Amino acid sequence: MQAGTRLGFILLLTPLLLWLTLLIIIPHIDMLLLSLRERVGVGQYATSPANYLTFFGEPLYLRTFMRTAVMSVLATVITLLIAFPVSFYIAKIAKGRAQSSLFLLCLVPFWVSELVRTFGWMILLRETGLISTLLQYLGLASGPVEMLYNDAAMMVGLVYTSMLFMVVPLVTTLESLDDAVIEAGYDLGGSGISVLREIIIPHATPGIVSGSIVVFMLSLGNYLTPTMLGGKDSLWFTELIYSQFIVRFNWELGAAFGFMLLILSSVIVWGMLRVTGQTLEKTMG
Amino acid sequence: MIPSMPQPRAYRLIYTGYIVLFFVYLGLPLAVVAVFAFNDSQFPSLPWEGFTWNWFFGDARPQIGAFHERPILRAIGTSAFVGLCVSALSLAVGTSNAFLFNRYQFRGRGLLYVLMLLPLVIPGIVLGISILVFSSTVANGAWDAVKWDITALRPGLVLVVLGQFSFITTIATLVIAARLQKFDRTLEEAALNLGADRLTAIRTITLPYLMPAMIGAFVVAFLMSFENFNTTLMLVGSDAPLTIAMFDRLKEGSTPLLNAVSLLLMLGSSCLALVMIAFQRKS
Amino acid sequence: MTPDLECSALTKRFDQSLAVDDVSFSVPPGSFFSILGPSGCGKTTIMRMIAGFLPPTSGDIRIKGKSVLDVPPNKRPVNMVFQHLALFPMMNIADNIGYGLRRKGMAKTEITRKVGEVLDRIGLPDIANRKVDELSGGQKQRVAIARCMVLEPDVLLLDEPLGALDLKLREHMKIELKALQAAFDTTFVYITHDQSEALVMSDQIAVMNAGRFEQIGTAQELYYRPDTAFVAGFVGDSNRWAGKVETVEGGTLALRTDGGLLMRATAHDRTLATGDRAEIFVRPEAIRLARSDADLAHFDNRLSGQVTSLLFNGAASRILVQSTQGGPEIEVTLPQSGEFSDVGRGDAVHIGWSGDQSNCFALDGAA
Repeated sequence: MQAGTRLGFILLLTPLLLWLTLLIIIPHIDMLLLSLRERVGVGQYATSPANYLTFFGEPLYLRTFMRTAVMSVLATVITLLIAFPVSFYIAKIAKGRAQSSLFLLCLVPFWVSELVRTFGWMILLRETGLISTLLQYLGLASGPVEMLYNDAAMMVGLVYTSMLFMVVPLVTTLESLDDAVIEAGYDLGGSGISVLREIIIPHATPGIVSGSIVVFMLSLGNYLTPTMLGGKDSLWFTELIYSQFIVRFNWELGAAFGFMLLILSSVIVWGMLRVTGQTLEKTMG
Repeated sequence: MIPSMPQPRAYRLIYTGYIVLFFVYLGLPLAVVAVFAFNDSQFPSLPWEGFTWNWFFGDARPQIGAFHERPILRAIGTSAFVGLCVSALSLAVGTSNAFLFNRYQFRGRGLLYVLMLLPLVIPGIVLGISILVFSSTVANGAWDAVKWDITALRPGLVLVVLGQFSFITTIATLVIAARLQKFDRTLEEAALNLGADRLTAIRTITLPYLMPAMIGAFVVAFLMSFENFNTTLMLVGSDAPLTIAMFDRLKEGSTPLLNAVSLLLMLGSSCLALVMIAFQRKS
Repeated sequence: MTPDLECSALTKRFDQSLAVDDVSFSVPPGSFFSILGPSGCGKTTIMRMIAGFLPPTSGDIRIKGKSVLDVPPNKRPVNMVFQHLALFPMMNIADNIGYGLRRKGMAKTEITRKVGEVLDRIGLPDIANRKVDELSGGQKQRVAIARCMVLEPDVLLLDEPLGALDLKLREHMKIELKALQAAFDTTFVYITHDQSEALVMSDQIAVMNAGRFEQIGTAQELYYRPDTAFVAGFVGDSNRWAGKVETVEGGTLALRTDGGLLMRATAHDRTLATGDRAEIFVRPEAIRLARSDADLAHFDNRLSGQVTSLLFNGAASRILVQSTQGGPEIEVTLPQSGEFSDVGRGDAVHIGWSGDQSNCFALDGAA
């Protein structure tokens, strides 16, 4: 490299390295170290896996962990199933103005904070809420119906919150599929189902994977929706982390929890990429 | 399937019905929040007690409007300040990253690119606690070593900005890199050929071309910062940004004041989004 | 014999515009039929109606004598080679070609055998496991045809499939397509805006303009005896003058061009009367070049003039001649015998042609 380009290279590389090392890599290493520390006396610490043993020894922690994982996967699958026909409609059926306005309409709810969206669902679903009142008015219920604070309400909220992140990559990949390829599928004797299975879905795989990764991550790491819409006895794993850090001030255990969450998300994301033969660069970049 | 395939009428009707339902599902919660901002009642729920502007402009108890509620106004100010800092920082670093990955081939480029993407797949709350842990380690170290208390490293706005910056930068990088990718480099060569030096060529040709993406990245970063909850929750100190302040209120029980603030948020972000779209259209 | 494909009074209306206007034609079995026309003339619309992707506004499409209007595209006995080929990028070549066979529920071993067979036939036996984007343009072309032919369709539709290829390869593929059509002995319907593709390959060509067929005929018929001024202007190059008919005697007529030249032409059974506004077309290769007027005595049209430019293009070289009697420059093909190899700008030359070689059409709206 010439001296000039070399200087440019270093100038451009420095912010990237500073950002990644100081805000991403070192903090996570530090968190790992903290999670491997056990308080043995006042101001006395020893390295031990005690925090992880606590995690695996306490059924509540483990159960919450598994529940969070399973529910997040479920939320991802539901979001995908709801979003796919909508994305297909926007990408392939709507034309011109209708297409761009429908797409924009999909984006609008996500320009406002998740808190506002959750608040909306609370107004709709709670005992004194709109749906309960409507049901009573229609004579379908005799008294107020509480629809908040259960898993179904939480799922509605999770799916709602993540919808955009599924619709956008799906619309983008589906739009890039040439109509002629779909027509060729029919022309060669394919039916709706076989064209969907052999042509449309394989083509949309990068979009499906990147959408699913983001939705899964957002569900797994969500704190607001489970806290506000979920039941009192159905904990979300992020709530455990929050309470260890902020309420109990047991940072060592909290860090161990954080690390478990990180491992869980990495394993599932890696698995998803592996199964579909995609790479992180291709799906997210 | 696509319109060039003949389909039964029933199928088309069901499909269209589904799309309509979907948009009702999307719009309903927001519509409800907006409507109840005008309910003349202490609760954002039925029965409807009549229309009022009090939740925006009221200045007497019990209906103090959003424009007279000091803590809310301060929280909006805090959020805006944090948002501007985060957008400016991530725009600068994002642009630099985009140029780095677009213009240079070097060993470890692939690895760095993957590392750059990682913040997208780390749960926000984990990002929050890892930065919290590390900054405390540094702050405690400084205190133990030289009895120097670095307040900036204790939970507070600086950490909130850093925490949000840590993942919003990835998004800014991707937005700008996508446009830089499409840039025809012969334009820069033409500028060099016409007598510009390298930096002038970038300043007069490449940056103007990137401008829509940079404005887009700035607005997206600002909105993401404004509505961020998870990372902020772990790093917040005494000055709460708006989402945290509203969360604390919502836990205590809601009044239409929250609806009014939410409606203002919706209007604000829609305006920003429209401005951004207008800019993108123009170029 | 029943034609393989028959369209009668086929019409397609989009909102206010008439894309295809009352088009009828039939294609006999095993022939190569082309629809030639400028872009936007409606040829793609016809093709998409035959394939089933667009319902006609009125008219009928019959394949082997049976109307297919109620048959959805995936059940029609026609297959289509798309403009950009539309090979499935998510599958390898064998799966692309086997796609239609799988839809028919054919057994796996049978599919493998058939795919192997057709790959042999297109001369690419070793590419079964390649990916689509690993093939060259010409290979993709052949795979796209094989993917259809393996289904043994009654009619194969080809939608400007050579458009994306570079010039050399396109020339080569023209010959290859014709050979493939003969080898498969299937009816091809080919649409293109490139006249040389249509002229070289087709048994029959329909020239289309603004939603209507101007003429259906063999390449020679279109070239030497165009039915309309549009065909004369669209197929091949011509010198073209507008003027007024001065005399009509039996089969010959004389026309005074607006530039003042008097030209004799054969009417070729076209109805033209004295005083009609008309347009006359003379092909550059129909005009003979000479050093002296005496060499041209047997032509009924003779002019002398000066060479204004030499357009050298190998075998297709031409000169532009400015007549001493005025009028626009006339394009004349340069003979390849070497006799005029030294001709240059400013040289005085004589040109002449037989009135039998020109085509004269009444000008619309002036008759």
